[in-house]
Amino acid sequence: MGQITLKAVRKSFGEVHVIPGVDLEIADGEFVVFVGPSGCGKSTLLRLIAGLEDTSAGQIMIDGKDATALPPARRGLAMVFQSYALYPHMTVRKNIAFPLKMAGLSEAEQAKKVDAAAAVLNLTAYLDRRPGQLSGGQRQRVAIGRAIVREPSAFLFDEPLSNLDAALRVTMRQEISELHQTLKTTMIYVTHDQVEAMTMADKIVVLNAGRIEQVGSPLDLYRAPDNLFVAGFIGSPKMNFIEGAEAARHKAHTIGIRPEHIGVGSGNWEGTVLLSEHLGSDSFIKVDVDGIGIINVRAGGELGIHHGNRIRLAPDADKIHRFDQAGKAIR
Amino acid sequence: MSRAITPQAKAINTGLAWSVALLIAFPILWTVLTSFKPEPQAVASPPIFLGFDWTIQNYIDVQDQRAYFRYFVNSVVISIGSTLLGLIIAIPAAWSMAFVPGARTKDLLMWMLSTKMMPAVGVLVPIYLIFIRLGLLDTRIGLTVVLMLINLPIIIWMLYTYFKEIPADILEAARMDGAGLREEILYVLTPMAVPGIASTVLLNIILAWNESFWTINLTTVNAAPLTAFIAGFSSPQGLFYAKLSAASTMAIAPILIMGWFSQKQLVRGLTFGAVK
Ligand SMILES: Nc1ncnc2c1ncn2[C@@H]1O[C@H](COP(=O)(O)OP(=O)(O)OP(=O)(O)O)[C@@H](O)[C@H]1O
Ligand SMILES: [Mg+2]
Repeated sequence: MGQITLKAVRKSFGEVHVIPGVDLEIADGEFVVFVGPSGCGKSTLLRLIAGLEDTSAGQIMIDGKDATALPPARRGLAMVFQSYALYPHMTVRKNIAFPLKMAGLSEAEQAKKVDAAAAVLNLTAYLDRRPGQLSGGQRQRVAIGRAIVREPSAFLFDEPLSNLDAALRVTMRQEISELHQTLKTTMIYVTHDQVEAMTMADKIVVLNAGRIEQVGSPLDLYRAPDNLFVAGFIGSPKMNFIEGAEAARHKAHTIGIRPEHIGVGSGNWEGTVLLSEHLGSDSFIKVDVDGIGIINVRAGGELGIHHGNRIRLAPDADKIHRFDQAGKAIR
Repeated sequence: MSRAITPQAKAINTGLAWSVALLIAFPILWTVLTSFKPEPQAVASPPIFLGFDWTIQNYIDVQDQRAYFRYFVNSVVISIGSTLLGLIIAIPAAWSMAFVPGARTKDLLMWMLSTKMMPAVGVLVPIYLIFIRLGLLDTRIGLTVVLMLINLPIIIWMLYTYFKEIPADILEAARMDGAGLREEILYVLTPMAVPGIASTVLLNIILAWNESFWTINLTTVNAAPLTAFIAGFSSPQGLFYAKLSAASTMAIAPILIMGWFSQKQLVRGLTFGAVK
């Protein structure tokens, strides 16, 4: 079980209202990702759920029971920290066994569970080492091992991969996704990495200044962002926003079009290429469109377009997002 | 960081390091050598390095004339006592400043350190008068308390810097792993802080052992530690260099031996935890 409900949860540090009020429903077994710009309160929200910070107001329910006042140790959740937070004076074996020891399991039971977790995470050869003698990826695995052994009702991850290099990040991302498929336990995962959010999540929660901007599946957020913030935040490269006459033509204050939804070669828009980046599989082109402004376009690979060329662009009419004065989507 | 070092450069460096070390340690070496000389050879000119008539008579005389052992016991009691007493106060103080800092924690730390900048004579008279009133003059307990207070800012500062080094994440991880406050302190905090506490203890025992302003001014006989022992020796026996050297050697030997065996901890302590 791992069903978590936040009801009007608020958090202030002194005068600073970091979380002005959040309502959120997380179903059992769901993989939920919190995304948002730096300082928007992702970690704070996670730590409120963990019990590492006290809520200023509101209620946190875990599996239907009020956990608002419970200490972290009694919430039955496990957390993987960005810094790994391994116990430096203990061996890998002792690190992984620590939650079991706290739960009062016998030495034999501890050993059995530690060995099983180590086998799953490829750590068997390192059980007698100290954290200081491990690589970043191995430390990350130990941290995950320590989280999974005691079978928590939910896992909390705070940017667990941000200290790893790009290649390892991809591998670990897949390992965590596979782990979720095997364990089917609720996972709440904080990141500011687009790709992690889009690939791992069942449900993405987009946060901005401590408020939830939108909750939905990755494709929902991509296809139908509720507002300008979500539209600009989800998707890479970023959505183009156009105001003025062109927007008025679509009966909106602002219109948005993703770089990948603009055709190159023909069309109504004409402009000068300011920059073209050829990645092989893709080309990113920055165009100064007459009467509209700077537009980023993502086109196919091996395109013969260069700085200074005049080109025509055709935005896909079906993929234009319309927003009103307040930035809300017009549907 | 690795740099290529030629054998010549290494030899020169080693030679230099030894010369500097010898130069710094020379007064102590000379004191020790002199303590084994008969009195006339101790003042011989030109000085004799090793070719003198080695004797331990000075040590026997020193012990006969003044009971070394009583001073030694006082030094041990006062330095260890003041350090332990200091720890009892400093550990909770440093914990709270490191893990639940308030708005004024930094100011408080600076203020504590600033008391060390003040010359001790400035408060000699008030403390002396208080000691007379309370009947603490020339008592071990009085001296223990004063030395504890003198070194308390340093103990708190050292512990604070060690505790600061323990990442809050790790303590939070322990909480998430099901540890209550007791388990957190027992299994995670203390094992991680032990090296820091150990070097703090060592350094402060040494500081208290060597403290000579208060120990000499607030004692006469009963509570007098080894600092007073040497001081007392130098006036009436000032011209007997060999005996004075023997007395000094006996006073510094215990702390030198302790320091020798705990070098590693001490270096960590003296650098305030900056070296890992
Ligand atoms: N203990 C604290 N005291 C005061 N303010 C805090 C405290 N912890 C966090 N904040 C503030 O709360 C806000 C949200 O912080 P939080 O760490 O949750 O951001 P985040 O979304 O995790 O950012 P990042 O992506 O950089 O990790 C920040 O403005 C931060 O300065
Ligand atoms: Mg964060």
